[in-house]
Amino acid sequence: MIPELGHIALILSFCLALVLGVVPLLGSYRARPDWQALARPLAVGQFVFVLLAFLVLMQAFVAGDFSVAYVANNSGTQLPLIYRISAVWGAHEGSLLLWVLILSGWTLAVAVFPGPLPAHTLARVLAVMGLVSVGFQLFVLLTSNPFSRVLPWPPAEGAELNPLLQDIGLVIHPPILYMGYVGFSVVFALAIAALLEGKVDASWARWSRPWTLVAWVFLTLGIALGSWWAYYELGWGGWWFWDPVENASFMPWLLATALLHSLAVTARQGVLSSWTLLLAIGTFSLSLLGTFLVRSGVLTSVHAFASDPARGLFILLFLVVVVGSSLLLFALRAPAVAVRWRFTLLSREMFLIANTAVFSVACATVLLGTLYPLMIDALGLGKISVGPPFFNTFLVPLTLLAAFMLGLGVVTSWQQGRLQQQVRPLCGTALVSCAAGALVAFVSNEAFEVRVALVMTLVVWVVLMSLGALVSQSRREADRLLVGLGRLPGRVWGMHLAHIGLAVVMVGILMVSLHSSGKDVRMKPGDQLQLEGYSFRFEGVRRRPGPNYIANYGSLRIVGPQGVPMLMHPEKRLYTASRSVLTEAAIVPGLFRDIYVALGEDLGEGAWAVRIQIKAFVRWIWGGALLMALGGALCVASRCRQRRGQTSAAPSADAAAASLAAGQSADAPLAAQVARS
Amino acid sequence: MKRWLLFLPLLAFIGLGAFFLRELDSDHAVPSALVSHRFPDFSAPLLSLKPQQTAQTANASALKGQISLVNVWASWCPSCAVEHPFLMKLARQKVPLFGVNYKDQRDRARQWLEKRGNPYRMIFVDEKGLLGIDLGVRGAPETFLVDAKGVIRYKHEGVLDASVWNDELVPLVAQLRAEQIP
Repeated sequence: MIPELGHIALILSFCLALVLGVVPLLGSYRARPDWQALARPLAVGQFVFVLLAFLVLMQAFVAGDFSVAYVANNSGTQLPLIYRISAVWGAHEGSLLLWVLILSGWTLAVAVFPGPLPAHTLARVLAVMGLVSVGFQLFVLLTSNPFSRVLPWPPAEGAELNPLLQDIGLVIHPPILYMGYVGFSVVFALAIAALLEGKVDASWARWSRPWTLVAWVFLTLGIALGSWWAYYELGWGGWWFWDPVENASFMPWLLATALLHSLAVTARQGVLSSWTLLLAIGTFSLSLLGTFLVRSGVLTSVHAFASDPARGLFILLFLVVVVGSSLLLFALRAPAVAVRWRFTLLSREMFLIANTAVFSVACATVLLGTLYPLMIDALGLGKISVGPPFFNTFLVPLTLLAAFMLGLGVVTSWQQGRLQQQVRPLCGTALVSCAAGALVAFVSNEAFEVRVALVMTLVVWVVLMSLGALVSQSRREADRLLVGLGRLPGRVWGMHLAHIGLAVVMVGILMVSLHSSGKDVRMKPGDQLQLEGYSFRFEGVRRRPGPNYIANYGSLRIVGPQGVPMLMHPEKRLYTASRSVLTEAAIVPGLFRDIYVALGEDLGEGAWAVRIQIKAFVRWIWGGALLMALGGALCVASRCRQRRGQTSAAPSADAAAASLAAGQSADAPLAAQVARS
Repeated sequence: MKRWLLFLPLLAFIGLGAFFLRELDSDHAVPSALVSHRFPDFSAPLLSLKPQQTAQTANASALKGQISLVNVWASWCPSCAVEHPFLMKLARQKVPLFGVNYKDQRDRARQWLEKRGNPYRMIFVDEKGLLGIDLGVRGAPETFLVDAKGVIRYKHEGVLDASVWNDELVPLVAQLRAEQIP
């Protein structure tokens, strides 16, 4: 009975979404404030019913109701409680329901915090989100109902959750990633509403920035979590595989990063609005495309847990309707007026624009690399796979280019940047960066390598430029450096923190590719192995039962260069319900190196194949991503505070000065408005 | 900016959409020219799961005498990993399942099976893809249904799952069994 209530709740929320998608939109055209006013209560109602459906499904998992097919396929009586809860989004149906829940959550957030959006715009934004929600809920109801039953004879035991997914990383990775993916629906809806109104100006961009930033922060965290999970759980010791599904999350991230930067230009000058709109539509479209690629079976990968052509067709149709109609709207209504740009060639605007171009090209490259094998196959030219060499060849130079321009961008001023005034400090920084890069290349390797020097030069460049910008901005605030730094608004800190995060990620990627060593060896109990100054002593493998698996529990004694012994326990688990074997690596994390040990196969007579790896600086990759996310969060927080201040009182002179210095346009004197002609 | 430029994203998307539609369709029904032909003659080394064992060889006669499935797979093929749990299920139901390890490295293939389990009775190593050419393999995974006389009766391209098994193969196997009785 309870699962049926969930089904009914979902049907009701679908009906509410349908009304939300139609009535307020009509109201905005017919100038009916009463129709428009329906949007907010409908958004709340939709969220309540989706949440109800979600909780019902969760209850079925917790209680182990195997008469529900989805529960029977993804849960078991032996499964620990936390994984019974996370199993709700462990496969296709439930993860779609999670998607719908998060979408209705974002809709609710817009309805609750509409800010200064005029009523008719708010009605349109909520209606567009409602229409997207209609599509997804229809998809769930028609092709992927999580509440369908196995009656009259329900199985006594479930098939259990895929062991790969029985992990804390997978408990939190999907919700956070989806928060990011789906979060872009807000800026998408804002873009569509702006196109419908035919009015895209600086205040529109200022409105879109925090929403985009929040979604971007979540997506950054989600991708980093996924990479971390792949590193320790898949047992290969890699952190990124250019797998189609990874690419599907990386493409919206690249485009969203471009969108953030182009929004910064539009928010200030009102220019570039068509490009910004296109990026906003593109980012959300790529989120949808990612869903399509993963669910349809067009691309298969380790992540593709549901490939069903019927579902694929539905998503494709949905994609065509959503993306096609928004691009058509864009083509018809986007401002095509050539605006007189009020900035010089060497202004911050130009560097921002150049960097959005770099990020868009990077995104296009990843898209091409992901789809190319499909196209070759479709043309009958054989099966190929596009691997890391392709992506690395294109993305490494693009990253370096972005880093170079980032450094210039943060120190040039808006509109009237004149590098001539800064030639000497710039040359100084460039020289210091080159020297530091060369030094690292000499010290870190036996042989001097140009690529190391190049990457490290740009890393130092980004860090020095960001710090330099921080210092010079704080000087403008106050005479004493520390006082000035304290007065800088959070968004200035946030921006520089995110940029330094990029430098940290670059160091991590470079070092892990250079200084990782590993060995696959056969080890008997008592065997010793030396690697990179560590000695590994294999103490054998014993049996150890877990809650729903039996583990071969290995023990290795590690003595490091400092002489502190450690014990590591890699495992090989046999999950009893699904009869599948999973490698659980043991990792000793460190700031400069990870020790990574995984058990291979049993070679008989107590001997095992053991994979031992030392990964240099691998934590920096996720640490850098965390810095980026933290930077983004700081920007959002400071923007929200600023907005609250604005609504209650006029901005203080202090904040105004800060926003000028930071290049924000809280009250930019030249907030150019680009009205559609 | 010219207005027509703004239509470019839409045109690009329409192209992409048409392409995806074609891809979705092409997943269905790929009639093989080999159906109702004899399984091509071959002689291939067998993949042994212990590296130190000397490799035996086998030929097409290994497939005779029973209705069997021949599955073309490789460790580099992600869809094979998707398909694998279902093959394990078939193996537990004692379905005679043979593997063709297609354009793969033996060590990798061995590790892949160690990690996931081996559903196959025998695995023929086709390192250079020559048997694959004879079989008309377009991409792994592909699965052939071979009758007791060694004649190919059905070919499935892509992941073999419960729906393909129940809808296509089970009726055919029943029909083949019926043919054998007289």
